[in-house]
Amino acid sequence: MGAQIRVYRQKIASTSSMGKIFKAMELIATSRIGKARSRVSASMPYARAITRAVSAVASQSEVEHPLTTEPEQVRRSAVLVMTSDRGLAGAYSVSAIKQAESLIELLHGEGKEISTYIVGRKAQAYFDFRNRDYARVWTGDTDAPKFETAQEIGEALLEAFNTPYEEGGVEEIHVVFTQFKSMVLQEPTVIRLLPLEVVEEEVQRESDLLPLYEYEPEPEQVLDALLPRYIESRIFAAMLQAAASELAARQRAMKAAGDNANELIKKYTRLRNNARQAEITQELSEIVAGADALSA
Amino acid sequence: MAELEVEIVAADHFVWSGAAELVKARTSDGEIGVMPGHSPVLAVLAAGELAIVPSNGERFTVQADGGFFSVDHDRVVIVADNAQLDDAVAVGNR
Repeated sequence: MGAQIRVYRQKIASTSSMGKIFKAMELIATSRIGKARSRVSASMPYARAITRAVSAVASQSEVEHPLTTEPEQVRRSAVLVMTSDRGLAGAYSVSAIKQAESLIELLHGEGKEISTYIVGRKAQAYFDFRNRDYARVWTGDTDAPKFETAQEIGEALLEAFNTPYEEGGVEEIHVVFTQFKSMVLQEPTVIRLLPLEVVEEEVQRESDLLPLYEYEPEPEQVLDALLPRYIESRIFAAMLQAAASELAARQRAMKAAGDNANELIKKYTRLRNNARQAEITQELSEIVAGADALSA
Repeated sequence: MAELEVEIVAADHFVWSGAAELVKARTSDGEIGVMPGHSPVLAVLAAGELAIVPSNGERFTVQADGGFFSVDHDRVVIVADNAQLDDAVAVGNR
């Protein structure tokens, strides 16, 4: 058998076994997206209730709380980057990291120091490879985030926020994550977590008006108890969005990879047939030439 | 008679919602009972048991660990880090 044919045969075999992997990963991602999306919607009532309560306290009572007051000057910012643990998700992690990089550059331009917090092994590898420091890293469950992890992240960020600048604390916190808009559109997004931005707006309907609450115990304590939960819930919501985005990106990337694998197999099959035919033709002409030489 | 519209949510899931006559909860200062017409309150919830008397059905309890709850216009929202219905009583009321 000709060497050419053997080479094509090997290529076909390896491409089709990769194709099987792509197909399997696509199916796994597809089956998990539904669950990830329903988790996003399951966390909505909590996020809604907590946002309403926080805005009620923050907008009504004249409470001076460190978490809601804008510092005069921000000298160090924390940036939390959410990426995936595993690859094979197309540009998912890369675009989140890119977004984070442009944010970091922007903050640097404003003369701020940056301390980076990382979720996901991909961002960790990116920072390790470039020998850049990061404050903390969480890995292991980016495609099915647990609330405990969000709590841990929230605690770590709050602790950094409550530490004075001189001792290494941060004065604002940004989060970079990928927002799940639809199955085909996921957008890297930046939100500023802390300090809270109090937005004043005109009330459209009577029911939008927040009632004048009584607080128990005092507004300060209520805010103390509310804000960490609010932060956790924002982080958790971002993680869930990121997980859904990751799965959607993976599904799309694997679909494209699978299609490409099929294309390749088709191409190599044609080339292999070509090579086989060429070999047969050559053998024939050799036989004919040999017979001619004998009879001459 | 007016009813309370109660909603209990935990961090990652929805626990219970429905109409109720009375909600008893434990705050960091002590117990609070909420009936229709209560003035708006925003309180810190202490870990412990919540008792709810639904408009139709048996009184049941919910285990919650920390959180907060708000009352406004006969609407009670209980937000807990983690909350669990004590038994299957409430399943029929969902």
